[in-house]
Amino acid sequence: MAVQILMPALSPTMEEGTLAKWLVKEGDSVTSGDIIAEIETDKATMEVEAVDEGVVGRILVAEGTENVPVNAPIAELLGDGEEASEAPAPVTAPDPAPAPAGETVEAPVTAPAYVSVPLEADLPEGTAMVEMTVRDALNAAMREEMRADADVFLIGEEVAEYQGAYKISQGMLEEFGPERVIDTPITEHGFTGLATGAALSGLKPIVEFMTFNFAMQAIDHIINSAAKTLYMSGGQLGCSIVFRGANGAAARVGAQHSQDYAPWYANVPGLKVVSPYSAADAKGLLKSAIRDPNPVIFLENEILYGQTFEVPDIEDWIVPIGKAKIERPGADVTLVAWSHAMTYALEATGQLTADGVDVELIDLRTIRPMDMETILTSVRKTGRIVIVEEGWPQCGVSAEIAARVTQQAFDYLDAPPATVAGKDVPMPYAANLEKLALPNTAEVIEAVKSVSYR
Amino acid sequence: MAATKRKPASRGNSKKQSSKKDSSPRPASGSNTAIEFTSEEEIDAYKRMLLIRRFEEKAGQLYGMGFIGGFCHLYIGQEAVVTGMQMAANEGDQVITSYRDHGHMLACDMDPKGVMAELTGRATGYSRGKGGSMHMFSREKNFYGGHGIVGAQVSLGTGLAFANKYRDDGSVSMTYFGEGALNQGQVYESFNMAALWKLPVIYVLENNQYAMGTSVTRAAAKSEELYNRGSVYGIPGEQVDGMDVRAVRAAGARALAHCRDGEGPYILEMRTYRYRGHSMSDPAKYRSRDEVKDMREHHDPIEQCRVRIVDAGVADEAVLKDFDKEIRATVNEAAEFAQTGPEPDPAELWTDILV
Repeated sequence: MAVQILMPALSPTMEEGTLAKWLVKEGDSVTSGDIIAEIETDKATMEVEAVDEGVVGRILVAEGTENVPVNAPIAELLGDGEEASEAPAPVTAPDPAPAPAGETVEAPVTAPAYVSVPLEADLPEGTAMVEMTVRDALNAAMREEMRADADVFLIGEEVAEYQGAYKISQGMLEEFGPERVIDTPITEHGFTGLATGAALSGLKPIVEFMTFNFAMQAIDHIINSAAKTLYMSGGQLGCSIVFRGANGAAARVGAQHSQDYAPWYANVPGLKVVSPYSAADAKGLLKSAIRDPNPVIFLENEILYGQTFEVPDIEDWIVPIGKAKIERPGADVTLVAWSHAMTYALEATGQLTADGVDVELIDLRTIRPMDMETILTSVRKTGRIVIVEEGWPQCGVSAEIAARVTQQAFDYLDAPPATVAGKDVPMPYAANLEKLALPNTAEVIEAVKSVSYR
Repeated sequence: MAATKRKPASRGNSKKQSSKKDSSPRPASGSNTAIEFTSEEEIDAYKRMLLIRRFEEKAGQLYGMGFIGGFCHLYIGQEAVVTGMQMAANEGDQVITSYRDHGHMLACDMDPKGVMAELTGRATGYSRGKGGSMHMFSREKNFYGGHGIVGAQVSLGTGLAFANKYRDDGSVSMTYFGEGALNQGQVYESFNMAALWKLPVIYVLENNQYAMGTSVTRAAAKSEELYNRGSVYGIPGEQVDGMDVRAVRAAGARALAHCRDGEGPYILEMRTYRYRGHSMSDPAKYRSRDEVKDMREHHDPIEQCRVRIVDAGVADEAVLKDFDKEIRATVNEAAEFAQTGPEPDPAELWTDILV
């Protein structure tokens, strides 16, 4: 019987891709290991190898087809003596393997998610928008700042010749050369210290960590060398440096690659900590971070890299560090989130507003310095607050906000502040357990209803 | 001619001294001939080393009186290392070191008053009282600290060298660390990158024989040839009599030339000795009094220099006494400054956290 060749998933976060090119045609014989096609994901172009031997029967997806879902049949492979079937090609992917259901019962989300757009107030009238992924926004931010300032350089693992492990630095080696886009050995402690030393002498490094999980090897330099030196030197020796990379959970990469470090760095005076959600904020905040004379921790999220947002099409789009964004004004409940947790918050806001709850949604954007004024002003209006964070609950950022709101706006509260955080467990690998370990939209809706006594 | 034998990494080591298989602490002296100093250089070296010695003695005294708090690591015994290196260095070359940093700051011509006032935690100190003994900096004098985490300055100093290469300004980073730090992983991460990218950095390994209370023989494999620790990366290293300021300067000059020629990093293992404990609170029970006495009496860098000066008739005892008086006056002035200066304003608590 003919074997179906399926669209492969080439990374943990890939959901669909472009079938860029067929390297075989119908009737060709292939053996296992032969390269039969090229597939483009948002990160890279990858080759697909045949797994089984046989003759290529029908090609079901033409080359150049975009958005082919993972697991969709893309061709048939015939065994000895088999003929290509005449049945019409399936046009949709079969249902993915059913993920084992978790124990939680998620409330149905029927309304569309609220969509993040750049604040009109921040923009000159008539500003055009361009669609851009977070990945391209980060790339553009670095390029623009490197063109403007020769002291800025990018250093990290696979940033140059490989074009970035997550393709954030794609094309930068070509534009700026190996003196300014520098591949390091796998040596986080060492290259972080080296970059910090270069920053102490006045250069402005951008240090890319493949993920912030690996920065734990280097955290001594981030904190002891970069964050504290200005103070210890009585203001003499600043350290203008950006530490950036993927932070938090991705998709089924297990406990050692899924941690959210926002609370760790947010604990440290001498650091700024930024964690954007949208592409517009990613671009504007990274440009601010590179120009900032202080060490800035720039926490990105792998799942967001490939997501597309509107970005203002203006010469020098800057978003100030330390300023939260009121994503949607509302009167009933304050909802605060940042980075990927905004996904749940936006979905919940869509549903809740459809249900008649007037949510004020705030994207915190910067964790340190924390824009408490925006949060407190909102809480004084709504009397209720829910904070959503993907990281762990104990000593987390949401716990901190809840504490400060309780201390500083107690008399305005109509309900105790609620937090929706990741569960207090190392991140599990199994799909269902991982889903359970992270917050979800239903939990956010539930929390908002709970503080509203609905 | 060379004051010490160079040990290129590519060749087998020549087993200098180690044939005696005596692993007890001692400087690598005896067989080496140092490049001779001119009369002026001898006097210059003597005065510089004596300033460090007198300054440190005073710091110890102020610590005992309660004017200096926390940790205080004295450089007494090791003066020739940083003095000789600075005599070889150019303007613009950077210095970065560990927490045993007072001598390095004085050798970089930082003001003894500002250093001492930082030790006493006054607003008039280099870090306005917010750094202390272990954390002082002077961009003007190219002194980059003063670092309290053992080995951290090795990566940072490699970064200074990276910046020199990035700017192509011909400067060299002189990165000091003890033989204790030599066992930190980041030292080898730094060696690898420095060699890979040919960064202009001299790793000045101050082997004073003890990492706090642990003798080098108990902590380091092949402790008799630490200069060789960069050999697998192709980094040349040599062992230097760190008690002889002339040998230090000669070795420093060779290493600096190597770096400036674009040949990449260089390791100088300075065999030296600290007379005092690791810090002020260290009773130094891990070594014998005789061992310390022998070093003081037979290898003291300042005494060696003094004897040469007198023997050669460069200056007589009376002149040397005048130098001593002059230096004591400088140090006393610094101590007075440090004891009478104002404490930082309480508002300083909240400054310099961010630019």
